[in-house]
Amino acid sequence: MKKTLMIATVAATAMSAQFATAARDYISIVGSSTVYPFATVVAERFGKSTNYKTPKIESTGSGGGMKLFCQGVGISHPDITNASRRIKSSEFKMCQENGVKGIVEVLIGYDGIVIGNSSKAKQMKLTRKDIFLALAKQVPNPNGSETLVDNPYKTWKDVNPALPNTKIEVLGPPPTSGTRDAFQELALEGGCKKFDWIKAMKKKDKKQYKKICRTVREDGPYIEAGENDNLIVQKLNANKKALGIFGFSFLDQNADKIQGSMVDGKNPTFESIAEGSYPVSRPLYFYVKKDHVGTIPGMKEYLAEFTSEKAFGEEGYLSEKGMIPLGTPERAKVASDVKTLKNLAM
Amino acid sequence: MNKDQEQIMTTETSGQKPNTIDLVNKNLAKRYRAEKRFRFYGLASIAFGVLCLVFLFTDIIGKGHSAFLQTYVKLNVDLSAEALDISDINDPNQLAGANYQGVLKAALRERFPEVSGRRTKRKLYGTVSNGAGFEVRQMVEADPSLIGQKIDVWVHADDDIDTYYKSRAADGSGAYTGRMSEQQIGWIEALIADGAIEKRFNTTFFNAGDSREPEQAGIRGAIVGSLLTLLVTLALSFPIGVAAAVYLEEYAKKNKFTEFIEVNINNLAAVPSIIFGLLGLAIFINFFEMPRSIPLVGGFVLTLMTLPTIIISSRAAIKAVPPSIREAALGIGASKMQVILHHVLPLAMPGMLTGAIIGMAQALGETAPLLMIGMVAFIVDVPGGIADPATVLPVQIFLWSDSPERAFVERTSAAIMVLLAFLITMNALAVWLRKRLERRW
Repeated sequence: MKKTLMIATVAATAMSAQFATAARDYISIVGSSTVYPFATVVAERFGKSTNYKTPKIESTGSGGGMKLFCQGVGISHPDITNASRRIKSSEFKMCQENGVKGIVEVLIGYDGIVIGNSSKAKQMKLTRKDIFLALAKQVPNPNGSETLVDNPYKTWKDVNPALPNTKIEVLGPPPTSGTRDAFQELALEGGCKKFDWIKAMKKKDKKQYKKICRTVREDGPYIEAGENDNLIVQKLNANKKALGIFGFSFLDQNADKIQGSMVDGKNPTFESIAEGSYPVSRPLYFYVKKDHVGTIPGMKEYLAEFTSEKAFGEEGYLSEKGMIPLGTPERAKVASDVKTLKNLAM
Repeated sequence: MNKDQEQIMTTETSGQKPNTIDLVNKNLAKRYRAEKRFRFYGLASIAFGVLCLVFLFTDIIGKGHSAFLQTYVKLNVDLSAEALDISDINDPNQLAGANYQGVLKAALRERFPEVSGRRTKRKLYGTVSNGAGFEVRQMVEADPSLIGQKIDVWVHADDDIDTYYKSRAADGSGAYTGRMSEQQIGWIEALIADGAIEKRFNTTFFNAGDSREPEQAGIRGAIVGSLLTLLVTLALSFPIGVAAAVYLEEYAKKNKFTEFIEVNINNLAAVPSIIFGLLGLAIFINFFEMPRSIPLVGGFVLTLMTLPTIIISSRAAIKAVPPSIREAALGIGASKMQVILHHVLPLAMPGMLTGAIIGMAQALGETAPLLMIGMVAFIVDVPGGIADPATVLPVQIFLWSDSPERAFVERTSAAIMVLLAFLITMNALAVWLRKRLERRW
């Protein structure tokens, strides 16, 4: 009995030791679920066209990915993290503290956030101000005074007489989602800034300003519909009166079922997002651990594949998947930064 | 107050004691009605359950059946050495690196010579899957004598064309055009008129690993990952669970301590599975520094999760063995260990196996704990062992359901069908084993 126990213990320790020392021969990538559909395409092509193994990509969300990425240097930690927003200074600090000194930031393109409804209903023509007034927790008092009241609006017509007389009902992602963060920052805050007295607040009391501009109402009209954009598309198809918030690639693939609403007079199309005239779009990034380049096979080649014209270029295969490419000079800069592995400084 | 009661009251006040049989007869109709209602409630519940099941199955099968077919396009491809850009046909390196996508593009250009302009041409090339080159490569590598010939080959169509062709009625109406332009539809219709497009059984779906191109995506990787994970789980949880059950039933004294353990085991069976995932993350990955995303760690975590189920069902099975058998064995001089190994365990085995299979079926459908240890991941290569990164069937379903491409909708449902088939097989096996091996006293 004692003997078998001892053998088992020895075997267990030996096994874990073997895992700890064995070199990993594939790239490990974590991070945003928004970048996931694009990164996976690159990874798959990379795996097929080279002799390296196909990188493994986990969809953990931007924040979760950063946490894993910044835990340390070594083969048990991921090499790359995808993010649908820029790295936060707190995250950068965490990385530095855990010995992840060299980080390369790669901007890969843009993703549009669409507010849409069923194509059986009429297209909505919104402004960012309408969106803010319809969905923020607190809004400026409708009587015109410079005070805030809890959002009193029930129908779109209440918000703006030009809009239809239907109940405000918007299906969107929960707070854990990167899409939600971006929506709050771009659409809500974008509309919020249109009120001069709130905008003035930004300089005096930034915290309060952010709280007013980025808090979504919780009294019913905004419905958290989960992280799955396909689910939102299905629900919109079933409920003609509701609007939904989702990524541009889902509009691209389901053009028969849903239509995007105009925001500030712009339709969400590939062209309008690429040229930057559609206001609700956000940058997509990935971050590379510099110390792993060279120790994990294929890192340099993967970076080169991702930043090649045939991938993230204007006519590249990522644009076919719905990612909006960067402008030509921006792309050249990113590609050269990646080649020299330019360190991120914050 | 109803009539019956009133009558009883009157008979009572009149001073005569009522007959029991009268009372029974009076209430009989009411009792029959109650009985009928009671049965109806049960039947209604079953009908509701069956209705939900029928709804679920029609939805899944209705959406998923088309994924078992895949659209193929026929092209007349020139496989000459010049077109393939190779100089020596006996050099395997050159064969592997030849320009297969290029000859397919050339074939498309030849079929539609009127197409010009870079953008339009790119659209035309999008008719075939971007993995079609690999298909031609496999064909040529299997039979190098094809080089120099001009032959008809069938290759995978792109997912947009696949969706279009599947949704199209025989007369060409009702098709989902989605992202396709008028021009593309024109090309496809021309190919259909030629008989150069057809649907075939989708072998890729069963032979390939995951892919971001729906037409190249398969569930082989997920099935192998599930099997490896379950193998580890079974190899660990069955012996440990049975040993624990035997000790608790046959050896342990009944005292506060064993009661405490019993309560805890029952408790663990009801703990949400994500907690086992967190435990696994803390122990196996953070402490033992095992790699993320491998079936070995997945199996460890699922072992923790299924152990309570197996211990509970094994204990019930051991308890069901009549004490007379133990006493008879002890009476003719068998030792305690002999009693257990020769008599109790064989008799309890069907019950324990049933418990184990149900535990395995539960483990097969689990995603939450695997999320924590990184098995929710995009993995293209089919895993070759328990230390290769892998994903499992329910995770594959989750990942596909979240993909924007339209063609993944049907593949999601098809993968659910495969998972359900596995679950039904396992549960049927459990029922069969019980029927076959169970002994009654």
